[in-house]
Amino acid sequence: MALSQKHLLGIKNITAGDIEQIFTTADNFKEVINRPIKKVPSLRDITIANIFFENSTRTRLSFELAEKRLSADVINFSASSSSVKKGETLLDTVNNILAMKVDMVVMRHASPGAPHFLSRHIGASIINAGDGTHEHPTQALLDTYSIRERLGEVAGKKVAIIGDILHSRVAISNIFALQKLGAEVMVCGPLTLMPRHIADLGVRVELDVQKALEWCDVANILRIQLERQQIKYFPSLREYALYYGINKARLDRLNKEIVIMHPGPINRGVELDSDVADSGHSIILDQVENGVAVRMAVLYLLANR
Amino acid sequence: MQKRLILNSELLNITVDRLCQQLIENHNDFANTVILGLQPRGIYFSDLVVAHLQTLTKSEITYGYLDATFYRDDFRKKGKPVQANATKIDFIIEDKNVVLIDDVLFTGRTVRAALDAMMDYGRPAKVELMVLINRRYTRDLPIAPDYTGKDVNTLHTQKVLVEIGKGKKNKVWLINEET
Repeated sequence: MALSQKHLLGIKNITAGDIEQIFTTADNFKEVINRPIKKVPSLRDITIANIFFENSTRTRLSFELAEKRLSADVINFSASSSSVKKGETLLDTVNNILAMKVDMVVMRHASPGAPHFLSRHIGASIINAGDGTHEHPTQALLDTYSIRERLGEVAGKKVAIIGDILHSRVAISNIFALQKLGAEVMVCGPLTLMPRHIADLGVRVELDVQKALEWCDVANILRIQLERQQIKYFPSLREYALYYGINKARLDRLNKEIVIMHPGPINRGVELDSDVADSGHSIILDQVENGVAVRMAVLYLLANR
Repeated sequence: MQKRLILNSELLNITVDRLCQQLIENHNDFANTVILGLQPRGIYFSDLVVAHLQTLTKSEITYGYLDATFYRDDFRKKGKPVQANATKIDFIIEDKNVVLIDDVLFTGRTVRAALDAMMDYGRPAKVELMVLINRRYTRDLPIAPDYTGKDVNTLHTQKVLVEIGKGKKNKVWLINEET
């Protein structure tokens, strides 16, 4: 079975069947990356360009590692050290890279829809590694994969996404992925960080974090993205931590155990306290490990089309 | 579609018994030998072989499954991705004698991929290949089995259908695809 799409632009475009197939393939790759020799030759004839117009450590490292574990040839490009500074357009930049016979493009861009635009103009497969505040499909895939790993399945589970929903591409992609897999989704955060009409996506909206925690099986805590906030959305970080920060005291008040997730990087002491982030409930480091396996699966399946 | 029976369950049992005797002849008590069944279909045959070996030798056989999907050279040429299967190797194969077991030897490409996949787990002392059905005159690579259940002369257009495993009738068929 092949994926229904040539590109991975967003979770919105793919089917539940695609997600399931990515998960089963990721299971195999998870076994591979835990071997003494963590490498298979599957993509040895494929060249992949990692084009990052926006800063990234985790996603970029994870993609690069996934590509190398599949034996692909990898070239890296970051906008800060390139001709983009001289005024080259996105299409020209990418076409120049593709002229060097590149088969796949992994791209992060600050503008929502940039990879979609590109997919209409170039032949290579494109994987969206985050486009502005729009989608971050591989993050949602690894998040749902980690939930499936910890809880057995995603269907029927209650997942609360807590924090800066307004600026979060992780939230949007997670909502699509969780709904396609049959989970119930709630978003929780201050009203100023809640997009208007978010309820139209079929999610519950909750402003009280304690109620959200009481409702959910899994809490996915998002980072406060100060770099995207041009205006003040809340009075101070201290106040945010007081009202929305997840700490041990809050979790102790629940009469159940919930799974804690965070896409990283964590602002410790703001949205998440250290004693929770480093506890047994947290699967944050599993998410990072699964990220490599899930990205390997995506690259492998797209290269196969 | 024409089907011709190559092995029935009675003959299959005799064949498995003979192959096990040959293995015992070469590997004695299997102290330094491990057996790997090749995913996806070879494992049903290797399960039979290992179960019978264990009754014959009354000793525990080190046994695992090997999946070579990610090592194949033709997986992008088939137009659709090949679904990978689980590899189960919870032992060390360094300096061991390895017996690879598959059901049908056709072009030899699966075995080539399996050899590569196996090397990622260590450097075995010696590797042997056992197949239930050896299709002759169809090889793309210089690979030959050490233990053969049955040699069959086939054309590239024919298929070998192995029905072994849970709920199956333990039969092997040669199928002529109508053109």
